[in-house]
Amino acid sequence: MYTAASFAAGFVFGLGLLVSGMANPAKVLAFLDLAGAWDPSLALVMAGAVAVGGGAFAYMKRRTRTLLGAPVLIPSPRRIDRRLVLGSLVFGVGWGLAGICPGPALVLVGTGSVKGLVFLAAMIAGNGVFEFFEKRAASGRARMQPS
Amino acid sequence: MSIAWNAFTPAAALIGGVIIGAAVALFVVLNGRIAGVSGILGGLARPQAGDISWRVAFVAGLIAAPLALLAALPEIRVDTSYPVLVAAGLLVGVGTRYGGGCTSGHGVCGVSRASPRSIAATVAFMAAGFATVYFVRHLIGS
Repeated sequence: MYTAASFAAGFVFGLGLLVSGMANPAKVLAFLDLAGAWDPSLALVMAGAVAVGGGAFAYMKRRTRTLLGAPVLIPSPRRIDRRLVLGSLVFGVGWGLAGICPGPALVLVGTGSVKGLVFLAAMIAGNGVFEFFEKRAASGRARMQPS
Repeated sequence: MSIAWNAFTPAAALIGGVIIGAAVALFVVLNGRIAGVSGILGGLARPQAGDISWRVAFVAGLIAAPLALLAALPEIRVDTSYPVLVAAGLLVGVGTRYGGGCTSGHGVCGVSRASPRSIAATVAFMAAGFATVYFVRHLIGS
């Protein structure tokens, strides 16, 4: 059930990306182009999604188990650090270059787009770069520990 | 600033947004998790027993979504050249992991629950996105 619900959520999410225009990179870039012929549509995607999502999160705040009996795993860190801001800035530059973020990248692959596949491969390689430096940082910290 | 009224699609955007919100709601109410695509995908880079199938299922759902609309697939246009696509993908792959989320996890889920971290991340990636398009289209572009 848990896995099936996960598939359903991903599927509905993908439909939303397609219907809203978020899965169309040209439209995303038109939204990000404030100084050009600005297409404000995508601001409304955010508004619609947050309105519905906000209700769901408010409801789940009072629960420790989901309707399927699974634990509620919502992150609670509140610290705004350099890592968060710099990482998000780097993401924003990549988003501004192609108009594609991780969800739409997967939807594009589903449409059979070769460009979507190339973007996804590069994105996974980027994940690999992150994992490599994380592992190196972790082993560096381990060496610093007094034995 | 000039608004491209001919390209403005308020109804589709709002309806699509509500559908995205419904997916986020479904995922938290049934699975108890944040529908953050970069984190769900990134977790597969370090696979742990019992933590794989739900991630694969969510990703498969996203990839399968266009099949449902095959007869009426909306316009999708990628004008970006291959070298730029590769650079963009790398930056998105690295940045979302360091930033701990993307447009879905921070932008939709985090803002929905008024998380200060997510709001800061969203402001940062939106600002960088606006600045990058300005740079590419109006400073170095034709």
